[in-house]
Amino acid sequence: MSVSHSTAPYYHVTVDREYCKKCKRCTNHCSYGALSFNGERIIADDSKCVACQRCVTMCPASAIRVVKNESYLPPHGNYTRRIRNAIWAQSGNGGVLLSATGNDREIRSIFDDLLLDACQVTNPSIDPLRETIETKIFFGRKPSKIDFKRDSENPKSISLKTEFMPNFEIDMPIMVGHMSLGSISYNAVTAIYQACKELNILAGSGEGGLHPDFYEYGSNIITEVASGRFGVDINYLHNAAGIEIKIGQGAKPGHGGHLPGEKVNSLISQTRMIPKGSDALSPYPHHDIYSIEDLAQLIAALKEATRYKVPIGVKIAAVHNSAPIAVGIVRGGADFLTLDGFRGGTGAAPRIIRDHAGIPIELAIAAVDERLRQENLRDEITLVAGGSIRYSADLIKAIALGADVAMCSMPVLIAMGCRVCQQCFRGLCSWGIATQQEYLVKRLDIDVARNRIINLFHSWNEELKEVLGAMGIDSVESLRSNRDRLRYIGPNPKIAEILGVKHAGE
Amino acid sequence: MHWENYTSLPEKFRNQRVFDGCGISGYINIDGKRESGKKIVDMLTILNDRENGLGAGFAAYGIYPEHDDCYALHFLFDDEPAKLDVLDYLADIGFIVQSEAIPTKTPPNISSPPITWRTFFHPQENKNITEDEQVFQIVMNINQNFEGAFVMSSGRNMGVFKGNGWSHEIAEFYKIEEYKANMWLAHSRFPTNTPGWWGGAHPFNLLNTSVVHNGEITSYGTNMRYLESFGYKCTLRTDTEVIAYLFDLLCRKHGIPIEIATIALAPPLFQDIDRLEDNYRIALKNIRATYRSAMLNGPFSVVVGIADPVPTMIGLTDRKKLRPLVAGVSEDENTIYMSSEEASFKRLMLNPEIDFSLKEIWHPKSGTAIVVKMGQGLLRDGLEKPLEKIELTVKGGS
Repeated sequence: MSVSHSTAPYYHVTVDREYCKKCKRCTNHCSYGALSFNGERIIADDSKCVACQRCVTMCPASAIRVVKNESYLPPHGNYTRRIRNAIWAQSGNGGVLLSATGNDREIRSIFDDLLLDACQVTNPSIDPLRETIETKIFFGRKPSKIDFKRDSENPKSISLKTEFMPNFEIDMPIMVGHMSLGSISYNAVTAIYQACKELNILAGSGEGGLHPDFYEYGSNIITEVASGRFGVDINYLHNAAGIEIKIGQGAKPGHGGHLPGEKVNSLISQTRMIPKGSDALSPYPHHDIYSIEDLAQLIAALKEATRYKVPIGVKIAAVHNSAPIAVGIVRGGADFLTLDGFRGGTGAAPRIIRDHAGIPIELAIAAVDERLRQENLRDEITLVAGGSIRYSADLIKAIALGADVAMCSMPVLIAMGCRVCQQCFRGLCSWGIATQQEYLVKRLDIDVARNRIINLFHSWNEELKEVLGAMGIDSVESLRSNRDRLRYIGPNPKIAEILGVKHAGE
Repeated sequence: MHWENYTSLPEKFRNQRVFDGCGISGYINIDGKRESGKKIVDMLTILNDRENGLGAGFAAYGIYPEHDDCYALHFLFDDEPAKLDVLDYLADIGFIVQSEAIPTKTPPNISSPPITWRTFFHPQENKNITEDEQVFQIVMNINQNFEGAFVMSSGRNMGVFKGNGWSHEIAEFYKIEEYKANMWLAHSRFPTNTPGWWGGAHPFNLLNTSVVHNGEITSYGTNMRYLESFGYKCTLRTDTEVIAYLFDLLCRKHGIPIEIATIALAPPLFQDIDRLEDNYRIALKNIRATYRSAMLNGPFSVVVGIADPVPTMIGLTDRKKLRPLVAGVSEDENTIYMSSEEASFKRLMLNPEIDFSLKEIWHPKSGTAIVVKMGQGLLRDGLEKPLEKIELTVKGGS
């Protein structure tokens, strides 16, 4: 590449020479090769820095700062730096640009435009510290009604005739999204599973199989059957609380999984049942599902394989036609349906898809919930919604719009130490999360990470209870689809109309 | 009394939910003996701290034995043309057995009182849907599409009398004391955000189910959207409407025994369910899971009258009992009384004209139903543990 095409780095690393003890710890910790020691002092290569903050955190003398590179391109409101950089990168390497985490474009969050209701005078609010507020959820398919039969001779004798389908209880309406062993490290996965078991909530396995070490957490894991069928064997199916057929993912609707070969070491190779060092690219569609009836067959096959003991669900990316697709999936026999919005995260995805495909989860929940109601199917299934549930406010609003369970991943990674540098696809994560390099994985202390996840979700659940109490609701069941308790303050009344939510003041 | 807004709210107040505090009372004679409305009027009007003169009403069961095979449709009309429209419509789609004004005592110098009317009616025979379902649809149609008309009640051998005024005014206007009923429900209200309208007063009725309700349902949005998927149209935007429809859905359409339907609406806490033995635990968890959208949240106390298959009175409060409900049983154990306050009973005791005393007065537990059935007695007193007194067998359970 000629000089004229090299781009200005985003970040500038400064090392305070007065503070620096030249201990070289930073050079060991920088997994991206941005820092080195030239025999006299620490020097930085700004072009390699990803602002992961590892050196800043580890420097014993607090000598390092990573700042925004002020040396900047001529400003242009339309050809932003982001777009110019993409053009330079593509004209340099001729490829599809990869990216990680979720869509990072500054698109207004609809969740943030929704306000919650609270009680005043005509109904009393409830103090969650003094009164019981319930957050338990049943995960799986429910009958549309229960049949009872009263004994004609003995009116006190009633028999319950309905046979129930498998459901399992979780203590909070929270699920950790699907992150495979491969996209994230063994230590990260262990911490997540341990935390979910402790909290009795759910974790997704991702499409990377389930390492035998994790079978003990199976009662809190939803395993994923994706188009690559990585790691799918009978143990995988039998060591799960539920099984999800992954059709799509919010970060990359219409795409399969991407695990770069750099991350496929012997552990990953063994778990996924693929050769070491090979890219694990799962096909875009399932090649046995080209239509809805094919999906129904796979659902039926998985139910047979698991002897009807666990719920079988389907995950789709939130796209324009999610509502009718969702109805088809429910009619096809799915016990739960997972919707993943366009801001959903990923370990690796083509940037063009991540940034431009799909629709916001808020609108997808509203449309799918409404459509399932029109067909009188809504209450029979469990609706899981993810795709940027960032904090408890998003979770609460997702449920009020119509979801049973909110699914999130990024907050879990951030809780474990992720600084959102968006380099997961490179396998160099300096925090030991999105990497398979042993010296990096070791940096993530499982116990600390587990406890931080437990703390995070415990606090979310307490905040959920606080909001329910303020609304005068003592069980999360009565928040679900209760759009009456939401108001819209955003700029676009059409959004409020699609959400079925009134404007604030109405 | 307010001599306006008979069949609908003024335009500017529509689409707002009505919040109110209320007084509720009711009683049922287990042997089916019919009594004049004197006692229920006394029971209700003493609760005058709970009303502000913006609405009251009565539901009386067993008042039309001579027409007990017909649907007794009670109407409010704004004017003669509205009345003729509805009567023409009814004549087209069924048989009007008798049609007459509901007698009232309208004070002099009222220029345009509402037309209060009752029609004893049969729908046309239709093999595809039940008579109840036909009348359900007729009521929904009239209340939604006929300007100036409102159906107050649509059950057999029963009727609702309601309007916008103090409870003593409404009682006098409809001459409540002249009716003889074996089950009475009564309601007075203190609405906060609307001027009140006659049709919007309680009791709320659909077919044989009537509800008097004190409280505010914080789960309204969840309940409403659940009911809409079963074809109910929640047009009145009151919590009470939702409660009546839920009873109708669970008891009539789903055929759930009343004592179990009340559990679906105000279920026990999971921490209590977990302590129960297998059958009950499986049943209760599945009731909660299946009917999670039917659960009523927020402060409420209700008294519900259901006529089918036997006249039944139900008293129920929310799971935290944030609104009051007290019950009493007569010395001969034949009559069960319920009210917001004990004052209702005390007033009857102090009335020198009647010989009234109660064997026992008690306060039902939070979220626990009182169920009284005519001919069968006090089936549940509201002090039981969940599913106590029910011998439950569960398929697949132990």
